[in-house]
Amino acid sequence: MPDSSFNAVVPMLCVTLAALAVMGAEAFRARGENLPLGGLGIVGLVGAAVAAALLWDRNTTSFGVIVADNFGLFVTMVLVAVGVLTIMFSSPVVGRDGLPKGDYYALVLFSIAGMIMMATANDLLVIFIALEILSIAVYVLTGIRRDDPRATEAAFKYFLLGAFSSAFFLYGIAFTFGLSGSTRLDRVGAYLASQALSDNPLILVGLGLLLVGFAFKISAVPFHMWTPDAYEGAPAIVTGFMSTGVKAAAFAAFARVFLSAFEPFSGEWAPIVWLLAAATMILGTVVGVAQSNLKRMLAYSSIAHGGYLLVGLVAANDVGKAAILFYLAAYAVTNLAAFGVIALLGTREAANDELRDYAGLWQTRPALAALMTVCLLSLGGLPPTAGFIGKWYIFSAAVSAGYYGLAIIGVLTSVISVFFYLRVVVMMYMADRPAGAAAPAAAYGVGLAALVASIVVIIALGVLPTPVLNLAIASIATIF
Amino acid sequence: MMLTLAWVLPLAGALALLVIGNADGRRDGVIRWLSLLVTVATFAVTLAIWAGFDSASASFQFVERSPWIPAFGIDYYVGVDGISLLLVVLTAFLSPIALLSSWGSIERKVKEFSIFMLALEAAMIGVFISLDLFLFYVFWDAMLVPMYFLIGIWGYDQRIYAAIKFMLYTMAGSVLMLVAILGLAYLHYDATGAYSFDLLRLYTLEIAPATQMWFFLAFTVAFAIKVPLFPFHTWLPDAHVQAPTAGSVILAGVLLKMGTYGLLRFSFPLFPEAAAYFAPTLALLAVVGIIYGALVAMVQPDMKKLVAYSSVSHLGFVVLGICAMNTQGVEGAIYQMLAHGVSTGGLFLLVGMLSDRRHTRLIGDFGGLKAVMPRLTAVFMILTLASIGLPGLNGFVGEFLIMLGAFRWDPRFVVFAGLGVILSAVYMLWMVQRVYFGEVTHEENATLPDLLPREWAAAVPLCALAVVMGIFPTLFLRPMESSVEALIARVQAGQNLRVERTERPERFERSERFER
Repeated sequence: MPDSSFNAVVPMLCVTLAALAVMGAEAFRARGENLPLGGLGIVGLVGAAVAAALLWDRNTTSFGVIVADNFGLFVTMVLVAVGVLTIMFSSPVVGRDGLPKGDYYALVLFSIAGMIMMATANDLLVIFIALEILSIAVYVLTGIRRDDPRATEAAFKYFLLGAFSSAFFLYGIAFTFGLSGSTRLDRVGAYLASQALSDNPLILVGLGLLLVGFAFKISAVPFHMWTPDAYEGAPAIVTGFMSTGVKAAAFAAFARVFLSAFEPFSGEWAPIVWLLAAATMILGTVVGVAQSNLKRMLAYSSIAHGGYLLVGLVAANDVGKAAILFYLAAYAVTNLAAFGVIALLGTREAANDELRDYAGLWQTRPALAALMTVCLLSLGGLPPTAGFIGKWYIFSAAVSAGYYGLAIIGVLTSVISVFFYLRVVVMMYMADRPAGAAAPAAAYGVGLAALVASIVVIIALGVLPTPVLNLAIASIATIF
Repeated sequence: MMLTLAWVLPLAGALALLVIGNADGRRDGVIRWLSLLVTVATFAVTLAIWAGFDSASASFQFVERSPWIPAFGIDYYVGVDGISLLLVVLTAFLSPIALLSSWGSIERKVKEFSIFMLALEAAMIGVFISLDLFLFYVFWDAMLVPMYFLIGIWGYDQRIYAAIKFMLYTMAGSVLMLVAILGLAYLHYDATGAYSFDLLRLYTLEIAPATQMWFFLAFTVAFAIKVPLFPFHTWLPDAHVQAPTAGSVILAGVLLKMGTYGLLRFSFPLFPEAAAYFAPTLALLAVVGIIYGALVAMVQPDMKKLVAYSSVSHLGFVVLGICAMNTQGVEGAIYQMLAHGVSTGGLFLLVGMLSDRRHTRLIGDFGGLKAVMPRLTAVFMILTLASIGLPGLNGFVGEFLIMLGAFRWDPRFVVFAGLGVILSAVYMLWMVQRVYFGEVTHEENATLPDLLPREWAAAVPLCALAVVMGIFPTLFLRPMESSVEALIARVQAGQNLRVERTERPERFERSERFER
């Protein structure tokens, strides 16, 4: 029975309030006054984390549509970490690039609020609303450098295709509602469990439309076309933010919808998601090899990582569900840190995100090069890093569900991906700095602190994964 | 605690170096001495382990075990038996020598070089002592990273290509092994209701023959690439030739042995039926490798490449001995692993010394060095003779035992393998003749300095060990005997199981021959 407790929305509320506070402070600030808006945002995020920790194991529901179960709370924690790291990485970047500070932080916080909502929503319509909240904020963030034509183009592309996918998603909801008479996941699930496909082929239509909508958001091949352009055009740190936060939120909702409500039809969707996963892993890595722009390369790499996450979804057993959660955490920290390095190395005039800009970085910025190397090794899945444990977990899910083929595709594509991650390492360590090239301006400060913190987490998750692993396992016990 | 100490010590050394500031190379000397000290201390630890090792027992000793990832039954589980003990000692023995070899030749970024060398040593020791498959895989993959940097940063002209090729080749093999490891853990889950990566428990798992075939292939391809077994050897000449001397010494001395060690520790005892089925094929590839490696070595103009191809040939013997799976074959294989580490590691060291002096490794650029540097010539001669298996030196014992074991198994292989022994004498002695004997043909060579004290320190232990291993083989064979017997018994028990199950005559025949 739904109880009317407000508790489940508190994490979301904290972030929203922080966003409003940032907006207000920006509106009333005196000209030239420098307010710690980022700090304000971090306070809100920490509040959300505390609330999530207090809600742990309570399994509260608010208004029947927001559930603070451990699954949602785990993703909330990941999203909070993404938010805090994003704000820290942004702090040197915002000033350097002359971004509108108040708008920027408010948008980041609003989109995180939407993400948290998406991860904890128990109703298709609420998922849709959350999707829109986060998407609109991210569209604006993509184009926040208004003087940059590439950013504007990226934002526009992202917006058009995003709107397109939202329409698919909404249409899928409509079909599902038409059939089951509800948008609540538990009711949809109960209805679907009593249906046979032969009675009601329209179920497949609803399922397919929802699948396409999610596939767009997690940029699964062949619905990934917007990703490289949007990721390349957006400021590096925004790219890092959306390649981790949006993906984590969308995956949480994807897993929740397909592993609970549509679970009875897993026989129908599993083969399709199998194909999506295989295509995503293969295309993401193979095309990634051909890139010479680091942001674009990491865009393809994040497509491939979406493929690995889909493997966990196909496996659909307890190992797979927990693996998705662990992988999301590992991937979010690693990928964000990698984009953080790119952001720190850019300047207002030049993004410095071509591969050749990294030549000899080791000579000029040894610390940044070393930290970047750890990120890349983790993305490539080499021990002892978080990425290795994540991949191992995902593939053990595939093997335990009998999907040896998918596991083999996964491991082979991760070898190919190591090739392009190594290209960056080769550039940084083994190529000489071109004569006359100035040392890259590196805005250190809080950004460096965020980077060091991420690296500590990456190594810690790689060496002693047990606490987070157990959390992930506990997260899936209460639902599904 | 001894085993943990053995791998943590170099790692701690690496971490300690990380915090030493060395921006302008002021502290190069301190860093060199410190890393040398750490490796020597590690060697002392491994010697203490050897001293405390009970040769009579076939079980794992110095075992340490504590839960690591309990949800999946993953433990930090280490131990040594007679098969791994001496490989651990060999690793710790070669590491300080490799560091000494780089004393003069590595002048750039000494701190980072030492960090990678120490991290590499830690991972290599970890590979040999792991009894948990997950832990093993972590060390196995982690080892690639420092080696990649060593080749890629401090190597010769084609270093980047060689480094990437090395990394991708090895990874491509090992990720398939990862899938098989996960499969094994899952089979264990199926049988008992709990995941486990514990090697000893997985030994007792009954695996269906068809599954065994696949898993055996996945493991064996990973190891075959590392060995390298023909036709998986193409990364080796590149990596060996482009690596800095220290890297080549470690590559030849230790890394290649991980492949053959893996065959002995994992492929054969985990999947005995598949091993029986594939052993003739593996042996055939090994023999092809012996001959092919020798023939290609013969025509190399580059000394380093010649020694690299000789490794392909020598490691073929090791695989042949393992495939025979009888006492002589396996003991010979392990002995040959140790001997090859000493003699070929030493040859790379000496070629590196020549290359440091002349900045060329082409045989044609040398000639008549005996008159200029008699001491280096003498050391080179000893290691060459050790490498080609002259009785009284270390190479002979291993090759002889392998041939004996292989003869008991299937004499046909021995005929061709014997040819390889002759060829090895041909290419090695021919190289020695062209480089060291005759007149000094190039003027630059007339003034080359002979061995320096530091080089003596690296070369003498190798030569001494080559002689000791040749004269007192029992010293080294004794610790491995009971473990090897236990291994063979385990593999044969697994194969007998199949004999009871299968009725098809032609397969029966093959396994019968296998047990003879």
